[in-house]
Amino acid sequence: MQVLLQCVVSGILLGGLYAIIGIGLSIVFGIMKLTNIAHGTLMILSSFFIMVIVNNFIPNVFLAILVAIVLMVIVAFLFQKFLVNAVIDKGDEPALLVTFGVSICVQNILEIFFASNPQSLSATNKFAGGNIIETKLFSVPGSYFIDFVVAVIVIVALSIIMKRTDIGRAIRATSDNKRAAELMGVNTKVMFVVTMGIAMATATIAGYLVGSTFVFYSYSGSGYLIIAFGVVVIGGMGSLFGTLIGGILLGLVQLLGANFFGTGWQALTGYVFMLIILAVLPNGILGSGKRS
Amino acid sequence: MSEKDIILKVEDIEVKYGDFLAISDLSMEVERGKITTIIGANGAGKSTLLDTIMGLNKPTKGKIYMEGKDITKMKTNAIVRTGIGMAPEGSLVFEGMSVKENLLMGSYVPESRKKRAELFERVYSLFPVLKEKEKQAATFLSGGQRQMLAIARALMADPKIVICDEISLGLAPVIINDIFDKVKDINKEFGTTFIIVDQEVQRSVDNSDYSFVMVKGNIVMEGEPSKLDIDEVKDAFFGMNKYA
Repeated sequence: MQVLLQCVVSGILLGGLYAIIGIGLSIVFGIMKLTNIAHGTLMILSSFFIMVIVNNFIPNVFLAILVAIVLMVIVAFLFQKFLVNAVIDKGDEPALLVTFGVSICVQNILEIFFASNPQSLSATNKFAGGNIIETKLFSVPGSYFIDFVVAVIVIVALSIIMKRTDIGRAIRATSDNKRAAELMGVNTKVMFVVTMGIAMATATIAGYLVGSTFVFYSYSGSGYLIIAFGVVVIGGMGSLFGTLIGGILLGLVQLLGANFFGTGWQALTGYVFMLIILAVLPNGILGSGKRS
Repeated sequence: MSEKDIILKVEDIEVKYGDFLAISDLSMEVERGKITTIIGANGAGKSTLLDTIMGLNKPTKGKIYMEGKDITKMKTNAIVRTGIGMAPEGSLVFEGMSVKENLLMGSYVPESRKKRAELFERVYSLFPVLKEKEKQAATFLSGGQRQMLAIARALMADPKIVICDEISLGLAPVIINDIFDKVKDINKEFGTTFIIVDQEVQRSVDNSDYSFVMVKGNIVMEGEPSKLDIDEVKDAFFGMNKYA
């Protein structure tokens, strides 16, 4: 019973981390209808940015994250403005291939500089390694707890921005009907750049949380891309709260799978669950868009 | 008509879709503060013309001027800021947004954001049903309400010109009359210029101050309602007699 309860607690909290990994992929798909294959690699790029900044320039991790966010927003601007926007009107495939190419390039650049050595940001997170709550029935790992809280804060903040600000409404309008948005005076290509910027800012926060919770490698991005896919397929592409639900369900199912069938089954149970959701609810739990 | 009275001028434009010539050497002048209708059968090039004015299509030759300013090469978002609003064909409301959010999007450009409270008051007094349904998702509105929302959303930019493409598409006659009455009220009260495309010939002529008749990408006839020969307009619309 204790083990089961611990799996449920850890699964829910791990789901927060999964959710924040998936947010960027979800909003880019929701707004631009673009599947950003480079999402996981760009998130890991931000983990490396933070590591380099903390180790060499700014020891304060919060400032380092802020600098990394700025750097990643610049990366997003260049990526979107000069690569994706150049092909986005030419159909789905060219943009998909561009993101795939960027993913391979970034991964190779990371390997040149950092080889395939394991890296970690856990030393910068004072909650890592210990439990924040301990009872007889279960404990709450500090890093998982922080991951979950940050994910909820990011998702709530993004929802408020999308609902209450002109720029947020313009992004939603672009997603809803690009032509009508242009007729309202919205520069939709600028909205795509802003969306990619928001996605990369959230990916940077995710990059820090991933790096302070687990070890990471230059090639870790593709593994996290699969997690992000799982989250958005379950929760629904383009839905912020769907992403949180998707993350929690994926984390929960994975840890319960590991508990019942053995640790080797953790990933498999998560993705079998994803396939079931895909078959029963093709748009995910809270998704409204059509999956192409 | 003096230059001062002309709010929009289209000069010898040509628009192509690949090799297909959709509009050829078309010129028109729209008078400030008037309701102008564009009449033409399907495929005459009406929507292409309106999309070109809005910058959604780029002409291969010719110029478009808004209050004397060349807007031919401007992007759509910049053209909106010159004071042209559009209620597009099929309304194109933002389905996933509430009525109020749709209206807020109408005043997205910085010039109209400052006047939002006043503009909301104006559109809600013109279309009280939108006030009643402001929290409802636009996707649940009826056809007539969607058209009202599209016009109200265009008005939220406080435009000098409102372009309505296929204003009556899919609407019941009683609702169409109601919408035309609203257009006349707005035109009379605020002096807003309207350019309207409607499929029904007689109604288009009756509700306008000036009409243009389009056939195969060009204007073949124009004039005030009293000076237009309605039988000839119908011939042009249906491609009969000399328009065959």
